[in-house]
Amino acid sequence: MLNRTALEALTRRPLPFLGSAWPWRSAAYLLASAVPGVAVGVAAFATIPLGWVGAPVVLALSLPFVAWFERRRLRLVDGVPLPEVPDRRRREAGLAVFTVLALWWIDLIMLAFTVGGPVILILSPVVQPLADSVAVVASVGGVLLLPVAAYTITAWGGARGVMVRAMLAPQGAELSEVLRSRARLVDAFEVERRRIERDLHDGAQQRLVSLSMTLGLARLDLPDDSPTGRLIERAHDEAKQALAELRELIRGVHSQVLTDRGLGAAVRDVAGRSPVPVDVAVELDGRLPAPVEVTAYYVVSEALANLAKHSRATSGAVTARVERGTLVVEVRDDGTGGADPAKGTGLTGLADRLAVVGGRLSLSSPVGGPTLIRVEIPCA
Amino acid sequence: MRVVIAEDAVLLREGLVGLLERFGHTVAASVGDAPALLAAVAEHRPDAVVTDVRMPPGFSDEGLRAALELRERHPELAVLVLSQYVEQTYAAELLESGAGAGIGYLLKDRIGDVREFVEALDRVAAGGTVVDPEVVRQLLRRRRDPLARLTPREQQVLGLIAEGRTNASIAKELFVTEAAVAKHIANIFAKLDLPPESDGHRRVLAVLAYLR
Repeated sequence: MLNRTALEALTRRPLPFLGSAWPWRSAAYLLASAVPGVAVGVAAFATIPLGWVGAPVVLALSLPFVAWFERRRLRLVDGVPLPEVPDRRRREAGLAVFTVLALWWIDLIMLAFTVGGPVILILSPVVQPLADSVAVVASVGGVLLLPVAAYTITAWGGARGVMVRAMLAPQGAELSEVLRSRARLVDAFEVERRRIERDLHDGAQQRLVSLSMTLGLARLDLPDDSPTGRLIERAHDEAKQALAELRELIRGVHSQVLTDRGLGAAVRDVAGRSPVPVDVAVELDGRLPAPVEVTAYYVVSEALANLAKHSRATSGAVTARVERGTLVVEVRDDGTGGADPAKGTGLTGLADRLAVVGGRLSLSSPVGGPTLIRVEIPCA
Repeated sequence: MRVVIAEDAVLLREGLVGLLERFGHTVAASVGDAPALLAAVAEHRPDAVVTDVRMPPGFSDEGLRAALELRERHPELAVLVLSQYVEQTYAAELLESGAGAGIGYLLKDRIGDVREFVEALDRVAAGGTVVDPEVVRQLLRRRRDPLARLTPREQQVLGLIAEGRTNASIAKELFVTEAAVAKHIANIFAKLDLPPESDGHRRVLAVLAYLR
């Protein structure tokens, strides 16, 4: 069985553990604390010729090196690669300060007691002026204590490794990486939607307007009651119908007014198109970050679409405001309630979309109504 | 009438030029972006401008911004803005410029109804106001009271008023007498608590100001 960290190795059966490299690696790991110790020592000596200012300067200058050294030597007790974190410099600086102030001397004292103690006992026949029998017993005791020392050293080495890992890469660092890649995916989708909208707008839509205009002109020249006139009239009506359908399709793909004028205007427009009358109260100062605006807009669009389709409401209301750095959007209606995230994909899709920007969705929809959807999105 | 056209799609731009010339108007210039529109108006001093909302370089609302800027520089210039979508925000911004006189906001789709389109441009050039019926429809839907009190026929008439139509034109459209139209309008104004107003574009403005 392979162990990736010193702590995992401790769970092995005694003989394989004692025969493994882990106690030695842990010892080497702890012994390496002499290096930051040297930094502290140099700083202490610096106070003599350089005065009291010298020591902090020497310590501060040694911090980047200490952090680099801690990162490298962690591999002795922890073989799992460290994930990259955005605030790496800050975390390394914190670890270096911690090491210089506390960890290094704890490591060395630990090593001195657990290894130094048994070694002195073993050497008692040589160094101690005691009765031979007592010295031999002490020597045997020292040998018996060595395996105990192996456990102690490995345990402290492993625990120290966990501490260092916790400081350099907090739990959940991998998870946040997943979230970031999801956010990138959503951004990529958003760019793609915008491209599709632009292509349809610049291409098909312009041609259809042009076609409709040409057919309109052709109608002017033809008597309405001629067979050709009737055909042209039908073609013209169909072109106009296609144009209207294309317009709705494009609007669903991407909201230009959201990009141009922000969340307030976009919400007022989408509410204005709702077949159920919807009151809008959006109190926002200026623009919010683009991902926040886009997510909030989709939540409102989806909620209003549900409201029109399922709620049997006669009126609705949308409110949006920023409270302590969090955008709070509420969509309510006076419908029959009973909305259930488990039943449809709409609400679940909204929750997924919100998760990407660290937002939350809460829903209150008792049977008989009313329904309230509340969304919170951090804006920072 | 001398017109400047701003539209970035070449096909459509050429089509608009042909359309307006066919109805006896002179197209002084046709351009493809907002800066060129400002320059062309400065150079040709046209009677009216027809512009798309979305234009280069940013493909956002450059055309609308250019229209607002032109209204500021030349308050007497008639401007008809064509939009791909009905955006109440854009319509409201436009109507606020120059007290709404000589202003039009239409869906691009309306170009297809060539005669109505040219008539709308004429109304705008004559100092009237033309608002796309779709905008009015949305506004009617948004506000329940007291617009809900309007009968369907009255809502229809309100839509036609917003289009800048005269009573005669509305009567023709709905196959009723002018007296009937006048009665509908009186009812609408009464229900909306608006004083009756004879001037064409001002009654549109009154209604829209109320709707906002």
